[in-house]
Amino acid sequence: MKKKFFALPYLVWMVLFTVVPLILIFVYAVFTTTDTGEIIFTTQYLKQALSPENLSVLWRSLEYAVITTVICLILAYPAALILSRLKSKVGAIVNLLFVIPMWMNFLLRTYAWRALLDSNGPINQFLGWFGLPPQELLNTEGAVIMGLVYNFLPFMLLPISSVFSKIDQSYIQAAEDLGANKWQVLRKVIFPLTVPGVITGITMVFMPVVTTFVISRLLGGSYYMMFGDLLENQFMLLKDWNTGSALAIIMMVLMVLSMAIMRKYDKEGESKTLW
Amino acid sequence: MSNQLILFKNVYKEFDGVEVLSNINLYIRKNEFLTLLGPSGCGKTTMLRLLGGFETPTSGDILFEGKSIVATPPYKRKLNTVFQRYALFPHMDVFDNIAFGLKIKKMSKQNIEKKVKDMLKLVGLAGYEDRSIDKLSGGQMQRVAIARALVNEPEVLLLDEPLGALDLKFRKDMQLELKRMQKQLGITFVYVTHDQEEALSMSDTIAVMDEGMIQQIDTPVGIYNEPVNSFVADFIGESNILYGKMRRDYLVAFSGREFECVDRGYNEDENIVVVIRPEDIKLAEPSESTINGVVTSLVFMGVHYEIRIQGEDGHEWLVQSTDPAEVGSRVGITLDPDDIHIMDRSQYDAADA
Repeated sequence: MKKKFFALPYLVWMVLFTVVPLILIFVYAVFTTTDTGEIIFTTQYLKQALSPENLSVLWRSLEYAVITTVICLILAYPAALILSRLKSKVGAIVNLLFVIPMWMNFLLRTYAWRALLDSNGPINQFLGWFGLPPQELLNTEGAVIMGLVYNFLPFMLLPISSVFSKIDQSYIQAAEDLGANKWQVLRKVIFPLTVPGVITGITMVFMPVVTTFVISRLLGGSYYMMFGDLLENQFMLLKDWNTGSALAIIMMVLMVLSMAIMRKYDKEGESKTLW
Repeated sequence: MSNQLILFKNVYKEFDGVEVLSNINLYIRKNEFLTLLGPSGCGKTTMLRLLGGFETPTSGDILFEGKSIVATPPYKRKLNTVFQRYALFPHMDVFDNIAFGLKIKKMSKQNIEKKVKDMLKLVGLAGYEDRSIDKLSGGQMQRVAIARALVNEPEVLLLDEPLGALDLKFRKDMQLELKRMQKQLGITFVYVTHDQEEALSMSDTIAVMDEGMIQQIDTPVGIYNEPVNSFVADFIGESNILYGKMRRDYLVAFSGREFECVDRGYNEDENIVVVIRPEDIKLAEPSESTINGVVTSLVFMGVHYEIRIQGEDGHEWLVQSTDPAEVGSRVGITLDPDDIHIMDRSQYDAADA
């Protein structure tokens, strides 16, 4: 087929920037050069990567990711529900307000939060007017989680609000017609129909948060390091590409695992009723 | 008057300042099959949505068993709807769709199971319990939608063009079946359609609507034979509509001739409108006693031919006949007294305006 020709640039791109780096990571992670110049298989880097300190960072990342995902879901689901009820004009404006911050680089926005949360920042000044002593807001766990929620909320909101807007009003009317009150309509019709959006939202928040970096450093100082920071340090600071690659492999395994779990839930959510 | 189940009292409805229903007055009797018939945009679906509780009238009142239901939310009303596009829940199988209303009512499991099974049998879908909605054909979805509404044993079933998406043959079967179910269950049906044949064949009563007003309420035979204005006459099958004068009781003048008719009670020389159904017209050899004209077109319609005749009286006549007539030939038109339907000119003009 001649048309295959058009896929060639993409194929080259894929091989150069996805397949080759993956192979390199694998090679760096499990092979080492001995003093005699021999290249041999080793698990020492993987063992290093799985050190108790690293595991605690990984554990913290997972914990933050779960907390962030739950908070995003709690905030985004009712927001999407309300957005879907707004008149189309108002809804479009509110939607835009949610999206506009995304047009700016997330680093800039995170720096802005640093300024806001600073001990001399506007929030503390505001508290000062009421005679409250300055609070230590920056470099706390709360600041990190707030930063994560702030940055990832749109990724939860958009998929959920897109499924909301696709729900045919006639389903809701049919349920009301059959005797369901507002709460029953929400529980038995609207919620099951929005599950695919919720799953997408969870996937789009949970996985990137686990691997996120910079946000934790900017808002948490060096106290609340996340897995992404660890990876960055390993490559950029310590220049230890082998252990870094081993860490990357652990991360990839985690990603694939959580993706598989999501898939499974998604399938069940689609084919089976949830009540 | 005790059998008036539903009553529309001076119901007026507008959307964003645009009037869709103007001063509707209508009663629906218990166990009646009432059809709201009209072209799209005539307000018939709005009437149904007012009954279902999805809209509230801008002014006026709707009574159900003598009590106003305007403020009653949909889920508290004793009626169920079969929606135009069925609106079956895509995340549930056939059983759960039909059981939805019963589960809301917290009925016992065995009871639900039995009722759903019986209902599936009634609509001819026994054994389809576990089928998912997207594996159903249009006709099957339609049956599930009817079953889902009927299983709740509503006092009134509202049907919004439920047969619109089905092909002709199947539609005819379903019309008969719906009528059978209505008789068997003794439920009041309020049926919305734009298909005049459907309305004529199923209904006890038809309310013909146009531009937010009820034009005529009558039995199918009454609507067909005695349309009150040209809109109804035209909407319920094509008609020949002519202006004329009533000479005296049982004598009408149009097309430059006088004809015996069956109407009386008009003033002498009162302006009236004459409606003549194309299938009532008989063709004959042209003569002194007939309206004569030249055949301009002949179309075979299956059961009959549709013949257009340019009359020498200036009117283009539409005739339906089982015998063909040659295009270009000169023919005569004969009319029996009871083929001539007389309507007030004022009503005719009102609908025309």
